[in-house]
Amino acid sequence: MKIPKNSYQRPASLTDAAMHYCAGCGHSTVHKLLAEVLDELEIRERTIGVAPVGCAVFAYFYLKCDISEAAHGRTPAVATGIKRALPDRIVFSYQGDGDLAAIGMTETIHTANRGEPITVIFINNTVYGMTGGQMAPTTLVGQQTATSPAGRHPATMGCPIRMCELLNTLDQPYYIERVALDSHAGVVATKKALLTAFQSQVAGKGYSFVEVLSPCPIYFRCSPQKALQFVGREMAAQFPVRIFRKEGVPVHA
Amino acid sequence: MKKPDDAFFSRVLMMGNEAAAEAAIRAGCQCYFGYPITPQNELTAYMAKHMPERGRVFIQAESELAAISMVFGASVAGVRSMTSSSSPGISLKQEGISYLAGAQLPAVIINVQRGGPGLGSIDPSQGDYFQATKGGGHGDYHIIVLAPASVQEMHDMTLQAFRLADHYRIPVMILADGRVGQMMEPIRLHEDPPSPAPPKPWALTGAKGRPPQCIRSLFVEEGALEKHNHELQACYRQITAAETKAEETETGDCEWLIAAWGTCARISKGVVRKARAQGIKAGLVRPITLWPFPYERLARLAHQVKALLVVEMNCGQMLEDVRLAVNGVAPVHFSGYPGGRVPTETDVLNALTALALAANRKHSKTI
Ligand SMILES: Cc1ncc(C[n+]2csc(CCOP(=O)(O)OP(=O)(O)O)c2C)c(N)n1
Ligand code: SF4
Repeated sequence: MKIPKNSYQRPASLTDAAMHYCAGCGHSTVHKLLAEVLDELEIRERTIGVAPVGCAVFAYFYLKCDISEAAHGRTPAVATGIKRALPDRIVFSYQGDGDLAAIGMTETIHTANRGEPITVIFINNTVYGMTGGQMAPTTLVGQQTATSPAGRHPATMGCPIRMCELLNTLDQPYYIERVALDSHAGVVATKKALLTAFQSQVAGKGYSFVEVLSPCPIYFRCSPQKALQFVGREMAAQFPVRIFRKEGVPVHA
Repeated sequence: MKKPDDAFFSRVLMMGNEAAAEAAIRAGCQCYFGYPITPQNELTAYMAKHMPERGRVFIQAESELAAISMVFGASVAGVRSMTSSSSPGISLKQEGISYLAGAQLPAVIINVQRGGPGLGSIDPSQGDYFQATKGGGHGDYHIIVLAPASVQEMHDMTLQAFRLADHYRIPVMILADGRVGQMMEPIRLHEDPPSPAPPKPWALTGAKGRPPQCIRSLFVEEGALEKHNHELQACYRQITAAETKAEETETGDCEWLIAAWGTCARISKGVVRKARAQGIKAGLVRPITLWPFPYERLARLAHQVKALLVVEMNCGQMLEDVRLAVNGVAPVHFSGYPGGRVPTETDVLNALTALALAANRKHSKTI
């Protein structure tokens, strides 16, 4: 069958494997967008990714580029080692909120602070998906999870951490943006943010960070449609969707 | 007058920590990642100065957890890389070492041991023998462990470590102590070109002209982890057969055998000489590879001796491996120094002569 131009196609950087992600999960959407970006920038053959410990650990089954695992949270440190060893390759880390903002917080901040010229893709779904929906550093106040069954209570559990804002206090990052997978427009914006991030790396600029507010219908305990609403309303209210740093300069809201 | 030879002039006075650092540079180590801790700070400082000078990578990482994961990344990319630390920092590195072992990645790790547990002290110790030789991190794995006893060996073994790591795709640890790391001795630096890194077709360099590859230690497909672990064990058997090394001093006719490693072995060499001067037929066996451990050699020696004396700067760690090897064939005694104090020759000699005297007294009673 001849495929008409401009039709919806599987990106060349995506394998044929059926993804293990739950229906309505944001990971599959971001994988596809990421594959499109690798295709469009023609960097698949010189890209090395680092997969997190989390639902996306099997990224190497889906993306047709070289991919390494890392210990939980050490993802950007492994990416740092790869990028320093092979500075002309394109290196990214792909991480959930547990990996990036809890156990790997130190590595996250220091990698950004050194301005390692890598791209960090941060999937913020407010929960630990892989281990069964426990509380994450980004869990909203009042949100029920397996380890905050009565809802997250600030007095004993703290408040959700805003990673873009936190990293934006550092001098070295080159590009920081938060997007939300809550709608068609959000998907388009996510693609654009990923493209900008990888373009900066290709151009030899510094550290780029894209936070994606992402649905996890299973542990939001709702339908995929409702999960999108949760992302667009509740999550976006706590985590403003915008550009924080552009070409190394902070962007004010 | 006889002219001193070239070898004499090519000797330099160096500290153990620096001799190891210089060896790594000569071995073609492209990336070094460290975090300050006494008594290995000179090593990190040496790399901070000399790696960038050569256009190589030096990062003072945010922690030992990060440093070992950076080593992991550099190794994934196929280049020679190294980290160093001392006991408390090595505890943090265990996470990364287990991942390196699981992913079959070469790496060199130097542990200039200090006292423990906890913060312990900054004095020399051999308290990390169990941690280094029995796995240390989680899972069913081993790493090669080399035990230097001099500044020259800090240099030589570090060079050798890179070769072994690449050859077997395994992490190699230099298990030194604060004494070997901090003392200065004249040594000969290796001038020969180092054994070049072998081709690494498994490395992640970008999927250009080949299918994409991954480096992983997670195997969830049915039977995959079991197969992987059997492969690791097969590699460990190969290493055991080919690389087990021990040094022996006066073991030919010895009746009283000292077993010691690293700094304690060096001290015990002097003890053997002094004991023989007193008519005690002493000998020394010194494991050079702590893993693989020279069980067979010790087992054979056990048949010819009256007793063994294990000497360590800890409460008896290699002691357990010696007992395993000897398997009850001869009595195994222990002389331990766990407080950061390096024993003197007199300390060890007294322990040995006490043994010999007690045995003689027992012997004359039975007559
Ligand atoms: C050292 C360590 N601690 C805990 C775990 C268990 N664990 C696996 S994934 C995970 C968190 C995953 O959550 P997140 O990073 O938010 O990713 P998601 O699965 O939601 O995409 C945890 C705690 C582990 N593998 N290693
Ligand atoms: S548990 Fe959540 S994050 Fe994990 S695959 Fe399912 S929907 Fe996605």
